[in-house]
Amino acid sequence: MTHALQLKNLRKSFGKTEIIRGVDLAVQPGERVAVIGPNGAGKSTLFNLISGRFAPSSGEIWLGQHRIDGKKPYEINRMGLSRSFQITNIFPKLSVFENLRCGVLWSLGYRYTFLKFLANLTDANARAEELMRMIHLEHKHDVLAVNLTYAEQRALEIGVTIAGGAGVVLLDEPTAGMSRSETAHFIDLIREVTVGKTLLTVEHDMGVVFGLADKIAVVVYGEVLAFDTPEAVRANPRVQEAYLGSHVAESQAAGH
Amino acid sequence: MTNFRASTLQRARWIIWSVFALTLLLAPLVFSGNLGITILCQIGIAIIACLSYNILLGQGGMLSFGHAVYSGLGAFVAMHALNAFTGGKPSALLVMLLPLVGGLAGLFFAVLLGYVTTKKSGTTFAMITLGIGELVFAMSLMVPEFFGGEGGISGNRMTEPLLGITFGPQRQVYYLIAVYTFLSVVTMYAFTRTPLGRMLNAVRDNPERVEFVGYNAQRIRYMAFIVAGFFAGISGGLAALNFEIVTAEVVGAARSGSYLLFTFLGGATFFFGPIIGAVLMVLAFVLFSELTKAWLLYLGLIFMFMVMYAPGGIASLIMMNVRVAAYGRLRGLLPQYLLLAVTALIALLGLSALTEMVYHRQLDGATGATLNFLGMALDDGNATHWLSALAVAVLGVGLFEWVRRGFAQRWHVVQEYVEQQELKKREHAV
Repeated sequence: MTHALQLKNLRKSFGKTEIIRGVDLAVQPGERVAVIGPNGAGKSTLFNLISGRFAPSSGEIWLGQHRIDGKKPYEINRMGLSRSFQITNIFPKLSVFENLRCGVLWSLGYRYTFLKFLANLTDANARAEELMRMIHLEHKHDVLAVNLTYAEQRALEIGVTIAGGAGVVLLDEPTAGMSRSETAHFIDLIREVTVGKTLLTVEHDMGVVFGLADKIAVVVYGEVLAFDTPEAVRANPRVQEAYLGSHVAESQAAGH
Repeated sequence: MTNFRASTLQRARWIIWSVFALTLLLAPLVFSGNLGITILCQIGIAIIACLSYNILLGQGGMLSFGHAVYSGLGAFVAMHALNAFTGGKPSALLVMLLPLVGGLAGLFFAVLLGYVTTKKSGTTFAMITLGIGELVFAMSLMVPEFFGGEGGISGNRMTEPLLGITFGPQRQVYYLIAVYTFLSVVTMYAFTRTPLGRMLNAVRDNPERVEFVGYNAQRIRYMAFIVAGFFAGISGGLAALNFEIVTAEVVGAARSGSYLLFTFLGGATFFFGPIIGAVLMVLAFVLFSELTKAWLLYLGLIFMFMVMYAPGGIASLIMMNVRVAAYGRLRGLLPQYLLLAVTALIALLGLSALTEMVYHRQLDGATGATLNFLGMALDDGNATHWLSALAVAVLGVGLFEWVRRGFAQRWHVVQEYVEQQELKKREHAV
């Protein structure tokens, strides 16, 4: 059976420091995987390797039948993997609608054409409108992305990420910097817009993680400590020792 | 409702394009003197050049210091093409197509040199364009066969008559330029509304994210660079026909610099900004330079002030006021504008009198101590004249600053009002 995404003995060093130290991971189609782990464990680096931002030092990455390690981000995106960013990464001086349309164009085959008018691309425009409704920004059609509130920008970030219809979606801390109530709404949104997709997400909020994910990958110090269902991960003594216990303690100390 | 909005927009677009075409058509009837036609010809050429430059600067965020390479090489190739066919007299049809030859040459060199140039963005891109600009200018001295050395190369645009057209009279050349200007402006505007044109904006805003929605940012920059090179080449081809001589300056850094300067001055953030810039460029070079020897100094100062106080250029100033007018608040600002203008004029009078006296003393000492300044005889040996000029300058600057502060407050209030109204409007729309 083909995995949606598979990492084989993946390693990445920056200089002499090895950040990712032999990661193996196989994600089934349609699975929702939460990647958790302490700060600096290598979660974001892992996403950067998968999405082509960095090339791995060794190991393999497979997207379905295609081997994608070392490929350019746009090549990987065209094969059906898309990602969002921890720090909002949209097109600030374009409107909400234009942002989404930019995310749509390639997937509908418009490529680099300059012989067609955007206004006449009915399918791209309809898709952008639909996305705008999905992320609840239809009333901000012509507002420049830079003028949106933070939560709206985060929603647009997700919108641009899913715009091209990629089957595998990586969300890097989608709820970073949001309040509790915003986070709850936002998780509903993520669940809605990623129906039927394979989802990997880095997330710090444990409530969110256990509510959203089918499986949890615990990354500690560049290695996958555990990869299992939420219940199994919660019961795993090694995880408790290495991460969850200390995290719970931290949360309690912080007054949650 | 959307349909209604779309149709009014459509109508507005037709009106704007018709007005533009009519302006091009009728301008030589209004400015019918020799000087008028000369200036109009150069304005048409400059419009194409500045708009093509803005594909890089405004639409793609590419700060090029070497755009004259493409307009200039286009001019040289067009001139060689003209001469190659001037065994007898060229046919009028050939002359009509010559700007396209220039365009194809610009395109060719953009394909060739742009590949290296657009590999990088930002500062590196700017440095490479500077380097290539210098390189091509140096080539102009090394390869006199192509560039014609010091004297450049010249040609004759006069053709066998075709329906009375010989391209001898400047007016006929003007209409050729006008047709190319109109078509180029329409095409370049259309380009901004295509997938490639929009993705170019996306690359300007955030080249990294572009790569995560399936696009190769470098490829987009390269293709835009080629489009810009093509239109630059067209302007070069027209310039070759217009002047009937092409010298090495046309590929030089000064020319590239003035494209940048005036595109910026006109306004790089709006499509029509560079058109304003182009008009100003020609007026500055042809008229202003006749008026005073210190014209480059004034130009530098204007540029500096614009960068500091109105980085969006004249176009953005216009659009800001159009927005205020749309909410009915412009009328209230008019007295303030009048005061600003009057005080600015006083300041300018004093400052320019001082400048002119310094220039006169340093450069024209041989012609005597007096100079003619707006009909007044100023004597650069007379202390009273210096002091009165200084007094006017200080008074003008002081008054201007005083009025400006009041205006800034008023402007702020108006902006807040406008933003509030816009917010209300948007909420109504939901």
